Amino acid sequence: MVHNPKLVAVLHNPVAIAESIQQRKRWEQIFILLGWFSLLVALLTLVVLVADLLIRGWPLLNPNFLPKFLSSPPSSDPEEAGILTAWVGSLLVILVTIVVAVPLGIGAGIYLEEYAPKNWLLDFIEINITNLAGVPSIIYGLLALGFFVYILNWGESILTAGCTLALLILPVVIVTTRESLRAIPIGIREGAYSVGASRWQTIFDHVLPYSMGGILTGIIVGVSRALGETAPLVTIGALTFITFLPDAPIKAEPPFISFNWLWSPFTVLPIQMFNWVSRPQEAFQINSAAAGVVLLVLTLLVNSIAIYLRYRFRKSIKF
Amino acid sequence: MAEGSSSIKTNLPLVLPSRTARIWRERIIASVLFLAAISSVLITLVIIYILFSETVIFFEKVIELDQMSLWQALLEFFTGTDWSPLIEPLGIGILPLLSGTLTTCFVALFVAVPLGTIAAIYLSEFAPAKVREVLKPILEILAGIPTVVYGYFALLVITPVLQKIILGVQQFLFPGREEWDYFQLPGFNMLGAGISVGLMVLPYICSLVEDALQAVPLELREGSYAMGATRIQTALSVLIPAAVSGIVAAYILGFSRAVGETMIVAVAAGLQPKFTFNPLEGAATTTAFIVSVSLGDLPHGSLEYQSIFAAGIMLFLATLFMNVLGYFLSRRYREVY
Repeated sequence: MVHNPKLVAVLHNPVAIAESIQQRKRWEQIFILLGWFSLLVALLTLVVLVADLLIRGWPLLNPNFLPKFLSSPPSSDPEEAGILTAWVGSLLVILVTIVVAVPLGIGAGIYLEEYAPKNWLLDFIEINITNLAGVPSIIYGLLALGFFVYILNWGESILTAGCTLALLILPVVIVTTRESLRAIPIGIREGAYSVGASRWQTIFDHVLPYSMGGILTGIIVGVSRALGETAPLVTIGALTFITFLPDAPIKAEPPFISFNWLWSPFTVLPIQMFNWVSRPQEAFQINSAAAGVVLLVLTLLVNSIAIYLRYRFRKSIKF
Repeated sequence: MAEGSSSIKTNLPLVLPSRTARIWRERIIASVLFLAAISSVLITLVIIYILFSETVIFFEKVIELDQMSLWQALLEFFTGTDWSPLIEPLGIGILPLLSGTLTTCFVALFVAVPLGTIAAIYLSEFAPAKVREVLKPILEILAGIPTVVYGYFALLVITPVLQKIILGVQQFLFPGREEWDYFQLPGFNMLGAGISVGLMVLPYICSLVEDALQAVPLELREGSYAMGATRIQTALSVLIPAAVSGIVAAYILGFSRAVGETMIVAVAAGLQPKFTFNPLEGAATTTAFIVSVSLGDLPHGSLEYQSIFAAGIMLFLATLFMNVLGYFLSRRYREVY
């Protein structure tokens, strides 16, 4: 029974009912406008950010200057300063990150999904990984400063930086590995077991190849995060004024490959940008914007590879 | 096909691989994988060990230098309003760093929580599939922008705009003064940095809230629609109460993100610790302090070196608490249905 007299009056009056419906529809329209406004803020941020970077950085980004900007080391003269050492450093650090994080992350993912018994230890490791994913990146910098730089005595080298970022993206790799292993239907495993394959043979020959798409996506998302990460590398004391390239990894004389570059000091793109943006001279803002554009293009490129891969693998494999 | 008949015989391995060898190979692989899995726990342990041991040395040094007892030092650490561990006389009160962190975070949440929640409700309950398909990747791109770029954005785009707005409002309210008589927003301020942090966590909060709304079963929506409720009524009085723990978890995780954010505040909020809750001033956050000390030459074992670990442990414990809380809250809403 309806006891609210106002509501009773409305319910007995068709005009009032129509009006009430109209009013509700109006509220709905207002909310849709609010929703559009919220999303517009996000959209506008992206547009203004990219436009500002492009316009401010244009003097260095136009086709006449870009090759010089990409091929010259930083300098105290803003017009001479480029990002050669920064992008080479980024590349080498990411290489170390991949070499460390990929086997460790995939291994951990396989163990947790395929081997681990469901007990308190699994629960504990799960909570621990979730938490590691949420630890601020600068804490990884403090870990690296205390552990890699001083206890292991690796110094402020490319090896330290690569390992730091590897630890940072490890949770991402583990979680996506687990998710893509979980998506493989049990029938695939049962089929392999029924012809006598061992556990590892089943995983390595059957489950892993099918889940490679998802795992690869996770790795790439991690790499794009590592590319833009600045704080942990600042903390380990990455030098911002590096005018020389690390030792070349490939040599003309035997044994042809050298690992000296692992120990050399470095700078990376986001640190270079941070360095320029925090200088008082306004001229360096141009360099900062140009470096920002290069950084943005790189991370977007890597991200779109991940989006494309996810799309392709979702289409091609159907169980 | 003469070879065919002979190959039937040789296809079968005459010497089967040893069963023991196979079992041992499996065991070794399993233990190697176990080591990889346990490495994540080791990382946490090493983080805790490094932070604690350096913080202990920090306090030992402070006690020796200032001739105070451990309790005095701890009291000073948690209640002191002067943080200057690099210059004599030492100030070891952590409050200025906390006030800077909290002020920027609240500005950030003030931006990100309403916008993120409304955007999530819109995307989850209102938006046509085609609009979603366009907007979701844009939010993903926003979430993938390196934070140092957001710092640039805060310092060189948001702050100048804010300076103009604040000056314009004052000129409108109190006309007729000289320009320098008005309050000028400093180039480094927590408001601009906070807004930028908010824009950074906006996509993160939006996607977490959307996940929480999507986890509400369809029957609840259908029941509500069957009663004649509109979509907005359904969202506000059925879905949000049903997804409340997930939504709160999203806010907590967003807050934890904002607390740990480093590069935006290091670029745009200033590097000078200051005990203030006024977002119009510039003050260092905990993370910005760590960066500012690391930028200088940092001799191993000096008090400067240990001070960043003491600041770091506060940061670590605060985010740990929030992350665990968020984890259990978000797990709860998954279990109910």
